[in-house]
Amino acid sequence: MAQNQNNDRNHLHPHITPMATYLKVAGVLFALTFLTIIAHHFNKSLGALAAPVAFLIAMVKAFFVMAWFMHMKDDKVLNRVIFGTGFFFLFVLFIFCAMDLATRVMEISPL
Amino acid sequence: MSTDNAHGGAHVAHHFKDATQQYDSGKEGIWLFMVTEILMFGGLFVGYAIYHNMYPEMFSEGASSLDWKMGFINTLVLIFSSFTMAISITFCQKNDKKKAAMALATTILCGAVFMCIKYFEYSHKFHLGLLPGKYLDVAKVGAEHANLGLYFGFYYCMTGLHGLHVLIGMGLISWCLIKTLRGDFSDQYWLPVEGVGLFWHIVDLIWIFLFPLLYLVG
Repeated sequence: MAQNQNNDRNHLHPHITPMATYLKVAGVLFALTFLTIIAHHFNKSLGALAAPVAFLIAMVKAFFVMAWFMHMKDDKVLNRVIFGTGFFFLFVLFIFCAMDLATRVMEISPL
Repeated sequence: MSTDNAHGGAHVAHHFKDATQQYDSGKEGIWLFMVTEILMFGGLFVGYAIYHNMYPEMFSEGASSLDWKMGFINTLVLIFSSFTMAISITFCQKNDKKKAAMALATTILCGAVFMCIKYFEYSHKFHLGLLPGKYLDVAKVGAEHANLGLYFGFYYCMTGLHGLHVLIGMGLISWCLIKTLRGDFSDQYWLPVEGVGLFWHIVDLIWIFLFPLLYLVG
């Protein structure tokens, strides 16, 4: 965001996002929310795909929020890496739980 | 005499070399805090996934008792509030105090609308006996699954923790609003607004996933 353009590190140069960009991003987010509801109405015909479709739309929305509203696309690489580690460790937690559930063997108690 | 490093432009605290280092350090700290937020809510999401995997029919029964229209309106309210939060930073950077204050006030108002809708949702559920865990009134609800309270345990924990974040966010934005009105922010100092903004967007981000998870997919 604040880049050092003329060697004066005591003067910040804010990266100002134009209003038109924010309006477009907000428009996309509203449209995707409506799309979520439209997809929900085809719940029955989507069947097993209903949940993946809903979460795929949510992920696209999350991308728009993170990239533009949270300014990640202009942020320093270090900050992106920091935020990424959160999702990485969340993935680790999820994958080990999923592996545990998937590999359990049903045991009937002899008692 | 102040030990702060003042060099005309931004006010630099004495433990920082210059304004750029101060800004970068502050922002890095906020991102580190955001990681803890992701992990806290992430734990609940993984817990939900595990129990949903174990009792899919019960979770489907729970989700069907939620009103998606309420969640839908709240999604729109939060997206709009994220937009007003984002533009408030632009106005601070442009030294437009008045518009920045208006954008922040609108964001607080949206938070209040969100909490009002949440209040109506919660009170309706309490009225129907849809309470968490053992407090769920199985007979009154006519629940197919005796352990339906487990679903509502997740529902109240996740939306409750999220609602708490909305309230804290509203408090923080009020603080930014007061500072804006006092003229503390400029094109040389806007980090508190940006930091609070990141927190508010995280609140929005979590709701983006909570909405389909609880209300639609179930």
